[in-house]
Amino acid sequence: MSVAETLKTKLEAGLSPTELEIEDQSYLHKGHAGAPEGGESHFRVRIVAAAFEGKTRLQRHKMVNEILAEELAGPVHALTMVTDTPS
Amino acid sequence: MSDIKSHIQSQIDANPVMLFMKGTPQFPQCGFSAAVVQILDYVGVDYGSENVLASDELRQGIKEFSDWPTIPQLYVKGEFVGGCDIVREMFENGELKPFLAEKGLIQQDA
Repeated sequence: MSVAETLKTKLEAGLSPTELEIEDQSYLHKGHAGAPEGGESHFRVRIVAAAFEGKTRLQRHKMVNEILAEELAGPVHALTMVTDTPS
Repeated sequence: MSDIKSHIQSQIDANPVMLFMKGTPQFPQCGFSAAVVQILDYVGVDYGSENVLASDELRQGIKEFSDWPTIPQLYVKGEFVGGCDIVREMFENGELKPFLAEKGLIQQDA
């Protein structure tokens, strides 16, 4: 499974988002220190989920960080996120 | 508390606005760190900073200290505010200046 597919599977399982966008932005960081060949190191995700309701931005980001802890400790070098609720 | 954790705590205690970043405000070595520096400079707040690339122990230690997996990390008056996305969203939504002004760290716009 590609890193992007893993992110998608884990976020869907963990948050049941109503909208989920995952964009590999590794091309923007090509050649910089720590950026591996072949991309899949820098991602941007936009997540709309009812699970974020009543949570602060910090809490929402922590929820995502926890779900993706393994990836963030491994192949994912940077993760930009936008977290929203359906309402 | 380990040495590195007490070091981090003392930095946060000593600097009302404290940024843990890659590189320095003059020479950021990562786009996300550079973005936070730009925003802090733009709002005109004084801040302390530390380069996590200078020390592996700090780079790992700050992640555990904050329970946050990425750099940069911003602390204001001892409280963890967040990383680049959160600081940028606060800035873009016009929340950052009132947040800092309320804490007496910048002058609120008239």
